Amino acid sequence: MLDLVVTENNQLNQSYCLIKLTTTDHSPLPEMFPGQFVEVRVDGSPSTYLRRPISVNFLDKAKNELWLLVQAIGDGTRKMCEYKKGDIVNLLLPLGNSFSIPTEKEGQELLLIGGGVGTAPMLYLGACLKEKGFSPKFLLGARSKNDLLQLDDFARYGEVFCTTEDGSYGEKGYVTNHSVLKNTRFSSIYTCGPKPMMVAVARYANEHRINCEASLENMMACGFGVCLCCVEKTSEGNICVCTDGPVFNIEKLTWIN
Amino acid sequence: MDKLAVNIGKLHLKNPVMTASGTFGYGKEYLDFIDLSRIGGIFVKGTTIRNRQGNDYPRMAETPSGMLNAVGLQNKGVDYFVSNIYPEIKDFDTNVIVNVSGSTIEDYVECTEKLLGLDKIPAIELNISCPNVKEGGMAFGVCADSAADVTRAVREVWNKTLIVKLSPNVTDVTEIARAVEAEGADSVSLINTLLGMAIDINKRRPVLSTVTGGLSGPCVKPVALRMVWQTYNAVKIPVIGMGGISCWQDAIEFILAGSSAIQIGTHNFIDPTISVKVVDGIKEYLDKNNISSIRDLVGALEI
Repeated sequence: MLDLVVTENNQLNQSYCLIKLTTTDHSPLPEMFPGQFVEVRVDGSPSTYLRRPISVNFLDKAKNELWLLVQAIGDGTRKMCEYKKGDIVNLLLPLGNSFSIPTEKEGQELLLIGGGVGTAPMLYLGACLKEKGFSPKFLLGARSKNDLLQLDDFARYGEVFCTTEDGSYGEKGYVTNHSVLKNTRFSSIYTCGPKPMMVAVARYANEHRINCEASLENMMACGFGVCLCCVEKTSEGNICVCTDGPVFNIEKLTWIN
Repeated sequence: MDKLAVNIGKLHLKNPVMTASGTFGYGKEYLDFIDLSRIGGIFVKGTTIRNRQGNDYPRMAETPSGMLNAVGLQNKGVDYFVSNIYPEIKDFDTNVIVNVSGSTIEDYVECTEKLLGLDKIPAIELNISCPNVKEGGMAFGVCADSAADVTRAVREVWNKTLIVKLSPNVTDVTEIARAVEAEGADSVSLINTLLGMAIDINKRRPVLSTVTGGLSGPCVKPVALRMVWQTYNAVKIPVIGMGGISCWQDAIEFILAGSSAIQIGTHNFIDPTISVKVVDGIKEYLDKNNISSIRDLVGALEI
């Protein structure tokens, strides 16, 4: 448990903001791996009693900053979007497991598919993959152009492909219809986003025998494996998304059968 | 005895602050956050005779100042607890108490018997109040006769401290408390969660897979406090109070209402260090008010 201070809070569009936080005493932030998340104590008001789980969007080691991409959906996330520079925020971090980085360097074609706020962990994953010598590609899906976020940030770590449902940017349609899937033989796909999107990606990967990991966002109360509320049905029975996940190999999930 | 120490039956607590079953895992999940030796005891996750997968997702709904849960006693069963979990937690420098649940009296007895050989388990808490399993749990706790039956059966095999956890989903909690006291319970703990529900108005469907679930958190505190006070006035055995405690002031309220010890539940999710903060707060309150023992405060409510 750590108190961090807000260094920046930028409104990216009408419903998303990017919050940057650092330590209060300039000590280094704890090590965090792509796919991990934090639990934010919003303000303890009656409508935001529980913490809010938010995935690590990016860890800027040079500036000692943690980035959180937040979509204002309910009272908690709306209040987070109102954070001002200098506000102190209490977090539990880092929580959960992380995406697996391939051990073999040769012949890896890695595709990172994000949809909506689920694009958040893909930025940090892409950065870590690039740092380790891989050349990840990003496939980002949104309703329309205005909902595609952080494109310049993504472009620093790999080639970016987009789909929009209304065709206002990139290819029109869903991520699973994008031509990059037909043009490249991928060895691994990583995905995070709305469940129907992830299920479609998982089915695609399974059909094409591509290794695939998905990051789930089941509702949580605690975030560290004690409330047993965020369970997902798996080949091993009901297990906690917060501690056994949030990242699962799709073979362990019951989506593809 | 130290000013914070209390006894519940044969169970000695270094201080009256414990953590509630279902909110504290097996204690090991909190080792990154607190020194477990600072608190009086931990109540581990509800344990049943067989492995239980629990209810389907979704199992949780946030409510104003609280939450509903419908976990449904997910656990790996008592044999797994004895062989895999107990060895990991038996040397914690605090009381480790097992919450025992079941669907039949035989389940409760058999589960209890499997815990008999564990030296480092000084007490069990009989869960006759879980609202989230269809065929048991709360069924025993809402009727004085069945509460008495299960308490009597377990009392016959368990010679260490026996705590019975009561349901608030009853007309008169004191009737159940007296019934289990008469069958030899050393203590009663209350309240378990209040039965509630939440509806998704866009889908016109219940939020929880089980339709109803158990309400906990600060929103239940006034109800819990009232039931603790009524029970304290109805029985001679010590009462362990819980329900929405989120700060040391709440704990003092429960102690004044008649709790010999307290449990912290849902608030462990929000602040995993809250139990230690409550211990410190109680100690300061005693010092500031020149109270020589927490025992002098139990039921000291003036009316």
